[in-house]
Amino acid sequence: MSILIDRNTRVITQGITGKTGAFHTRLCRDYANGKECFVAGVNPNKAGDNFEGIPIFASVKEAKQRTGATVSVIYVPPPFAAGAIDEAVEAELDLVICITEGVPVRDMIATRYRMRGKKTLLVGPNCPGVITPDEIKIGIMPGHIHKKGRIGVVSRSGTLTYEAVGQLMELGLGQSTCVGIGGDPVNGMKHIDIMRLFNEDPGTDAVIMVGEIGGDDEETCARWIKEHMKKPVVGFIAGVTAPPGKRMGHAGAIISGGKGTAAEKLAVMEACGIKVTRNPADMGRLLKSVL
Amino acid sequence: MNVHEYQGKEILRNYGVATPRGIPCFSVAEADAAAHELGGKVWVVKAQIHAGGRGKGGGVKVAKSPDEVHEYASQILGMTLVTHQTGPQGRLVRRLLVEEGADIRKELYVGMVVDRASQRVTLMASSEGGMDIEEVAARTPEKIHKVAIDPAAGLTESQADDMARRIGIPQSSAAEARQFMRGLYRAFVECDASLAEINPLILTGDGKVLALDAKLNFDDNALFRHPEIVAMRDLDEEDPAEVEASKFDLSYISLDGNIGCLVNGAGLAMATMDAIKLFGAEPANFLDVGGGATTQKVTEAFKLMLKNPAVKGILVNIFGGIMRCDTIAEGVIAAAKEVKLGVPLVVRMKGTNEELGRQLLQSSGLPIISADNIADAARKIVAAVAGK
Repeated sequence: MSILIDRNTRVITQGITGKTGAFHTRLCRDYANGKECFVAGVNPNKAGDNFEGIPIFASVKEAKQRTGATVSVIYVPPPFAAGAIDEAVEAELDLVICITEGVPVRDMIATRYRMRGKKTLLVGPNCPGVITPDEIKIGIMPGHIHKKGRIGVVSRSGTLTYEAVGQLMELGLGQSTCVGIGGDPVNGMKHIDIMRLFNEDPGTDAVIMVGEIGGDDEETCARWIKEHMKKPVVGFIAGVTAPPGKRMGHAGAIISGGKGTAAEKLAVMEACGIKVTRNPADMGRLLKSVL
Repeated sequence: MNVHEYQGKEILRNYGVATPRGIPCFSVAEADAAAHELGGKVWVVKAQIHAGGRGKGGGVKVAKSPDEVHEYASQILGMTLVTHQTGPQGRLVRRLLVEEGADIRKELYVGMVVDRASQRVTLMASSEGGMDIEEVAARTPEKIHKVAIDPAAGLTESQADDMARRIGIPQSSAAEARQFMRGLYRAFVECDASLAEINPLILTGDGKVLALDAKLNFDDNALFRHPEIVAMRDLDEEDPAEVEASKFDLSYISLDGNIGCLVNGAGLAMATMDAIKLFGAEPANFLDVGGGATTQKVTEAFKLMLKNPAVKGILVNIFGGIMRCDTIAEGVIAAAKEVKLGVPLVVRMKGTNEELGRQLLQSSGLPIISADNIADAARKIVAAVAGK
């Protein structure tokens, strides 16, 4: 079992003909069941054409109608990314995964506003994507470092997610699903949304939650975990050393107005019964200790 | 991106937000001319740097005559202004704003931010203006009023009126306050601001509502559609190392420690800094080389770190996903040779082609210390720098 995606998921790639989209579509297609999963691309100027055998349609709506796909992944450039999300939401897909980094916040505020009451879930933007190991990967994470198993991983950061996965693998622990929710201040699914899904997933036994400075998503999730989570959760927060007011790479990773510090997040998580580590090399071992 | 107070006020005036009349000056002669042009009996001479707390640091003076304007302009221009936001090294003042004096009846606060939880722009206001708003929030949170703004409707008249009333603006100035707040919101949205702070907003003796100060930050991701704001960028106000880094598409931030670190990915970079601290030292920088690091990028990253004389050791931490470890190793070797590296270097590589990468490092003949994981790497570089 898994959350969000599995071997039967059918995916539309928005931005399949761009450099990034083409590169990662190849890698996703070559991973596990990818050949069956990646069924359509979208580019209004190249409709009727195909990308190495994957048919290209003029719109997400048409791609969905013609292939039955219910999920899309977005690689289009930042000025057009929010519009691409809107198109996928209009087409009533189940899930949109937006990889694009650098989407203006104002665009995301407008897009999130338009998504109210719609069925479509959004992961990202500015995220590595979602992988259910040995079944399907949608995004830019390296497939080969993963293997199927029963640990869930949710994180705001890309390479730090891979780091967590790498540590699990050294201990022989595979993953049910790994979700990179992205590092932007205004985005789709939060830690809490992913945690709810892991809680209900019979294929997940425990979860690693990786956070970073900025906002209070981790605190919100921790409070929910205390009340509702039936499975052990361990956590790490990056940015103990980050000074206030300095943006640490990710648009959302900033301590502002004294809020969003790593210390504060770690304290709330601990108070909510989540085992946390301050050593980024210790995420895997900590998880194993709670199984 | 940040702009100066005078630039922020320029932008706000375009949206109907009232400010005192003022003229930016780059020399004392210009300040003299500005005082003459503005006329009146009272002027304010304000240092223009990208940091708050200028008044306390002696960077804002009220002049009662053109001679005093001259005197204060001479004092402030060229001074190194130290405030709680500049750090102890302070900031050289290169620009001034000379403004007409205002008859202040009341000092208030108005700010705007993007609230992550509601995913909306939020207006914050308080009757307690002119002081550190974080202190107000901590001591008397009930004196800070907030309203989340519906993106479709914008800041409505009734929301603006309600907020004005709550912070004690009299009914007779309600129309002015409404225009002020709605103009601020329009400026915030249309210019892709990430933060706006008017502290203080003042009520004058004759009932006007004016922005006495203005702090605006803009969303870097949206600058592509605002060439007029990009043109306001003042590189003198930015860390030269960070400016240099941005030319090579490297995300770099100077810190106070002595261990340079080069990492791929922002989260992993922060975690690496944290590990250095965990083992008793402090990072000299945050440096994310991103996903597509080439040999040239890695070399530039090394040069950048080594320009900082405080750096006594370097830690490279790469999780090779799409980026292969052998490519990184080649980059590290080329960089170490080119910069004639004289400080200890610890490299931790994991992921795609890690064995190949490690072999390359070993056979390079360079004194590179190899590490298995982040903690091991941090421990080794801290020990090497301490001479153990």
